[in-house]
Amino acid sequence: MQRLITKQVRLLSNSTKLYKPVATEYFTTGGSSQSVWPQNFRLPQPKTWEESNESALSKATKFFFLNEIARGMYICMEMYFRPPYTIYYPFEKGPISPRFRGEHALRRYPSGEERCIACKLCEAICPAQAITIEAEERLDGSRRTFKYDIDMTKCIYCGYCQESCPVDAIVESPNVEYTTETREELLYNKEKLLENGDKWEQELQYCIDADAPYR
Amino acid sequence: MLRKTFQSSTTRYQKSILNNINGSFKRFVSSPSEDYKFKNSMGTGFDKVTPEGSMLGKTTFTEVLDEVDMTWSKDDHKGEQTYPNLLHQHENAKSGEVKAPVVKHFTVNFGPQHPAAHGVLRLILELHGEEVVRADAHVGLLHRGTEKLIESKTYMQALPYFDRLDYVSMMTNELSFALAVEKLLNIEVPLRAKYIRTLFGEMTRILNHCMSVLTHIMDVGGLTPFLWGFEEREKLMEFYERVSGARLHSAYFRPGGVSQDLPVGLLDDIYMWATQFGDRVDEVEELVTDNRIWKARTIDVGIVSAEDALNYSLSGVMLRGSGIPFDIRKSQPYDAYDLVDFDVAVGVNGDCYDRYLIRMVEFRQSLRIMEQCINDMPEGPVKVEDYKINPPPRSLMKEDMEALIHHFLLFTKGYAVPQGETYTAIEAPKGEMACYVVSDGSERPYRCKIRAPGFAHLGAFDHIARGNLLADAVAIIGTMDLVFGEVDR
Repeated sequence: MQRLITKQVRLLSNSTKLYKPVATEYFTTGGSSQSVWPQNFRLPQPKTWEESNESALSKATKFFFLNEIARGMYICMEMYFRPPYTIYYPFEKGPISPRFRGEHALRRYPSGEERCIACKLCEAICPAQAITIEAEERLDGSRRTFKYDIDMTKCIYCGYCQESCPVDAIVESPNVEYTTETREELLYNKEKLLENGDKWEQELQYCIDADAPYR
Repeated sequence: MLRKTFQSSTTRYQKSILNNINGSFKRFVSSPSEDYKFKNSMGTGFDKVTPEGSMLGKTTFTEVLDEVDMTWSKDDHKGEQTYPNLLHQHENAKSGEVKAPVVKHFTVNFGPQHPAAHGVLRLILELHGEEVVRADAHVGLLHRGTEKLIESKTYMQALPYFDRLDYVSMMTNELSFALAVEKLLNIEVPLRAKYIRTLFGEMTRILNHCMSVLTHIMDVGGLTPFLWGFEEREKLMEFYERVSGARLHSAYFRPGGVSQDLPVGLLDDIYMWATQFGDRVDEVEELVTDNRIWKARTIDVGIVSAEDALNYSLSGVMLRGSGIPFDIRKSQPYDAYDLVDFDVAVGVNGDCYDRYLIRMVEFRQSLRIMEQCINDMPEGPVKVEDYKINPPPRSLMKEDMEALIHHFLLFTKGYAVPQGETYTAIEAPKGEMACYVVSDGSERPYRCKIRAPGFAHLGAFDHIARGNLLADAVAIIGTMDLVFGEVDR
């Protein structure tokens, strides 16, 4: 097989475009023509201690004065004088973005009417099957849920429910502090979710507005 | 009988010296010396650790017998005699019948709750003194049946499960699935999506190496750099969170592109981070690379010859450490890897130290790729604008009836993928991560086999660890970069 000069060529020094040679050695590149290893790319075996040119005195000095360890310790000392990166968590919290996916909430319209129309898209898309919805027709003819349960122990917080919701009813709030003492408290029903929505409405609206151009 | 054994072991010692002299020229060609029952990964026998092969260096008679039986009769006389009876053995020697006693090796249970086992690895180690004679890895403690689960999910629903496979390099797992599905759908993602994926793929590589290198260092005794690395991980996870909404399980790469565009200002912040990260790598290198303890713990530990690395289907750093220049980003470029310029580090000796050095080089190469991605990031859509595959934007969905129908269809029924099968591999930080997806033309995959690099690495553990010391087994686990989410799946 004919071997070409396997050197990558760059036309202009500031261009990122590389002109790669045609592959000749298919066996070394997994059948691809995209990359060719330069010939003789292998390094020689590194020199062992008796072959190196460093003097015995230099080596002995490095050995006995713990050269590399002292250098490492200097880095550690530098670190000691740097400001800490840690935060005092319950009092101080890290920044989160408008896209953050935390505890779920059901929102209402400004009129106070609940948004969810029981289209069950979130129930259908939920990969963990954590959402259960039952729907009924109200006296005024509108379709609403009478049961909207999320099993928070099943939920994997993928955010598909809020992506799927056509009326922005189910959302994942920025809240992450909802630990409970029992599992049962994590089986959220509709009242709990609506309560979350009322509690976090300001933040939720802010997040949706901030992220609207990207959705 | 004993004299006989000593004589033969002396000749074997001489032979092994000859082997070593020859072997130094051809280090990667494992020279099989047939007269050893157990060999370490270099292909030499136990004389490497105890070159005496006799009474020298031994303190008790039992130790001498231990070695005799190690090299001679462990497997040959299996079941004939289970426990040593020295008196009985001498009787045999008198009658001229050579029947060596069987001394059982010490068997240690390593894990599943050992902190150095990186999760739920359980190893049954058979020890001769401090030397690992045999290692038996027990896996499956974190098995969640992901592959089977995916068969009952639509392609969109299956995606978040990939985050949870290798939970320190989340986005590259998603990428392997996304690329496989894109191949079946026969779609080309927009250029901006390719660049975003490359950018975040390399960020994931840094995240993963921060974890793997620095926990490796921690396993062999250096806690300090681990804490420095986690500061950087924290910053990177903030970028993850800004782009996808979750710090870890992002569900960001989707078949057909990425889920959302980058928020304004994120690229600037990533660039600012990248300007300082090289210094952090320098600091770790300054503390660790030349450190004599680190060198003593990693050089010539866990040597994998190039031949063995190929035969055991190792990939990624484990393969490149042995001197094989194979990187899927170069050989079969996906996404924007054919548009960026980077080098692939290749090791020389195939030991833990070389693999450490390669990972440190990959930090810098990833930074290089990230910088090119930030500079070349084109404008345009971030996902395929085919509303039969990707949901339409929300503003359109709320105004346009047709878009709403597409939206409903995608989130209930999913999209059908044409019949076919594909094996799509990517270069994950740990090695070759791949998905073998079979589609029967419906909305759910018929089969999704996940090829996890860690599983193959663990399969070679027995071979690599043999002849190394117990303490080095920890270093080998560290260098293999095992994460049990992907090994057990």
